[in-house]
Amino acid sequence: MTTEETVRADLKERVDALLTTHDPATTDQLVFLRAQFDAGLAWVHFPEGLGGLGLPRAHQTYVNELLAAAGAPDNDPRRIGIGLGMAAPTILAFGTDEQKRRFLRPLWTGEEVWCQLFSEPGAGSDLAAVGTRAVRDGDTWVVNGQKVWTSSAHKARWAILLARTDPDVPKHAGMSYFICDMTDPGVEVRPLRQITGEAEFNEVFLSDARIPDAHRLGEEGEGWKVANATLMNERVAIGGNAAQREVSMIGFVANAWRTRPELRRPEAHDQLTSLWVEAEVARLSGKRLRQKLAAGEPGPEGSGMKLTFARLTQQITGFELQLLGEEGLRYADWTMTRPDIVDFTGRDAGYRYLRAKGNSIEGGTSEILRNIIAERVLKLPAEPRADKDIAWKDIPR
Amino acid sequence: MNDDVNLLYTDVETALRESVSDLLTARCSPEKVIAVFDGDREIQPKLWRSLALDLGLAGLLVPEERGGAGASAREAAVVLEELGRFAAPVPFLTSSVIASAALLHAGDDRLLATVASGERTAAVVVPFSTAPNDLRPTVRADGQGALNGRVTSVAGALEADVLLVPVAAQDGVELHAVEAGAASVTPVVSMDMTRQLADVDLDAAPGTRVVEAGGDTAVRGALELGAALIASEQLGVAQWCLDTTVSYLRERTQFGRSVGGFQAIKHRLADLYVTTESARAAARYAAATAADEDSDRHVAALMAKSYCSEAAVRAAEECVQLHGGIGMTWEHPAHLYLKRAKADQIALGNPQAARRQLGELVDLPMPPAGSTA
Ligand SMILES: Cc1cc2nc3c(=O)[nH]c(=O)nc-3n(C[C@H](O)[C@H](O)[C@H](O)COP(=O)(O)OP(=O)(O)OC[C@H]3O[C@@H](n4cnc5c(N)ncnc54)[C@H](O)[C@@H]3O)c2cc1C
Repeated sequence: MTTEETVRADLKERVDALLTTHDPATTDQLVFLRAQFDAGLAWVHFPEGLGGLGLPRAHQTYVNELLAAAGAPDNDPRRIGIGLGMAAPTILAFGTDEQKRRFLRPLWTGEEVWCQLFSEPGAGSDLAAVGTRAVRDGDTWVVNGQKVWTSSAHKARWAILLARTDPDVPKHAGMSYFICDMTDPGVEVRPLRQITGEAEFNEVFLSDARIPDAHRLGEEGEGWKVANATLMNERVAIGGNAAQREVSMIGFVANAWRTRPELRRPEAHDQLTSLWVEAEVARLSGKRLRQKLAAGEPGPEGSGMKLTFARLTQQITGFELQLLGEEGLRYADWTMTRPDIVDFTGRDAGYRYLRAKGNSIEGGTSEILRNIIAERVLKLPAEPRADKDIAWKDIPR
Repeated sequence: MNDDVNLLYTDVETALRESVSDLLTARCSPEKVIAVFDGDREIQPKLWRSLALDLGLAGLLVPEERGGAGASAREAAVVLEELGRFAAPVPFLTSSVIASAALLHAGDDRLLATVASGERTAAVVVPFSTAPNDLRPTVRADGQGALNGRVTSVAGALEADVLLVPVAAQDGVELHAVEAGAASVTPVVSMDMTRQLADVDLDAAPGTRVVEAGGDTAVRGALELGAALIASEQLGVAQWCLDTTVSYLRERTQFGRSVGGFQAIKHRLADLYVTTESARAAARYAAATAADEDSDRHVAALMAKSYCSEAAVRAAEECVQLHGGIGMTWEHPAHLYLKRAKADQIALGNPQAARRQLGELVDLPMPPAGSTA
């Protein structure tokens, strides 16, 4: 047997063992997911004891196929995207053993939802400008400031937080990265209604919130380095996900074209098939990128995936509304709600069109991603910096 | 659909790419290729001989037991990427890919072996713009088997020793082999002189039938493989344009700074990078599914033709624009790539035609003309 076959045989055995002790038909979902984590079958590329087996990332697909075939529950990545896509790889890379053991399991099973307290009213694209202050008080940090556009903060148990710990050095050097307890009395979450009518994101006010130093991720003053790891993972998570053909926005449009002949117009056909080709090519590019990254960490190339994803979802959803004609003039529901999940594809076509507008803003705007590709992949000169070598507190604002 | 397909380059493919690239670096400089446009066609036969014989590319796709190197469409794709990167004026696509595929299918091993060995070069006699599903032979055979007809804008015919002519017969399409000397092959002034076209006139030309009725399957299959793999050539064109433009704009100074540092320029180049990487995924998928005879290969070929055609043209147009005045000069090689890109876009079925056919395959049909919502 080749090593590949040996690995597969071993994984098959492990999955079978899990299924024998935990029959998916009769086992509670959470109990099953915990057992899957403990068996190292949650994310096989993580180390043993932390939900993985230290194998290449690509093997997870095989495990998922076996489990899906057996009717096992999945951990609904949509519900906990920030946790899975961003917090987990960051904790794995920068966390202490204790942090890894405390946070990764309930994160993966979905028992604990995570959110990302990065952006502030004055620090969006220029994330290194954050002004939320964390001041040391013995073994704890006292945090004050305001965060904004925080997706799922109203559902979250924990947050990854970027805060300023030293205002007297240039901006990139004076930040630290924390795990913030969202149940702390100093944390106040207020809904922030958005373009779709719902409040998927929030404002978060931090008033003397206390974070134990044991919940700092990475060294003091190295928050920017840690945040960058999060951002790279975020872009791959947002951009490179479509697993199967037509499992993305294009699926809705293709389905409408197939099932509703009355919508078909000859002049729309070339645009439809163009978008179909682009969506499928984007899926293949994502697959290619994942094959390339199977061993390594996400690099700046992930930004390209996110750029494509944002452009395409916007073009496709805009096309979909036009295709629907009269129906595209209507909207399902403007009632203000605070949704449980962040769902890019859900509800009706009007929702998809409006929600897709966020895809080129959240997780780094398309303009910022183009800068990253130009500078880090193509090695073109960096943007001029007005705030270089100036202490954060002295930057004009 | 095969979801396990490897979209990366294997070690074998990388080694092959390097040897092709080394040879082209030494023998196929832009100046030499530009000279072809000026009528100096000297480099072509010599260059093709080295590629065909020294590197054994002539029979790359032909199985070993039939006289070739026994490689797959994946390796041929990598060769085409390099030929695209150098805008190389050689008949690899027309002879070693398209004509060889037709002969492979036809089962003519004697002719195939001479083509595979590089001894002789072959070309399928159809207009280069023919889409795989749009084969309409204009040549007819008389009672004695002599061929009559005219086929215009044929790629690879000038270099060919053997012409493979689709012939309209009573019960379908036959494929005949004609010695080049027996036809009148007239060069035409072509948009892409690195792949010069010719008009082929057959006036009672003697031919041997290599396939009886059913020749259309052989020719269609060959054209489809051509369409799947020209995507890799287009990728090579796009890659050269991107690399060359990026390095030029890093050096070029205006307004006291590197032009490549202006954000409007950076953003265009970032988008071009993304387009090129996407074209790579499309081209690799088309090559891999062709190599495996995967059932998705028809969809993959049309997708790649559609996407990579547009990507290469865009890259070449950006390349000319972002080189400023230099980009418009005859001395700068940018025009070689623009001409290759535009011709490749039209070749083997244009992107709109590819998408129309794709729509049929993936159940997104074109509504009948005149229908309204
Ligand atoms: C739906 C949604 C969900 C979000 N969820 C979260 C979350 O969970 N947690 C979190 O921390 N944040 C979240 N965000 C915030 C998001 O990360 C920021 O909105 C984003 O980084 C942009 O920052 P900004 O809004 O301050 O825009 P600005 O930075 O003010 O940008 C304004 C415009 O200027 C452009 N621009 C800025 N700088 C440059 C430059 N150097 N070159 C060229 N153009 C430039 C931008 O591209 C943009 O078009 C979310 C945003 C959205 C829309």
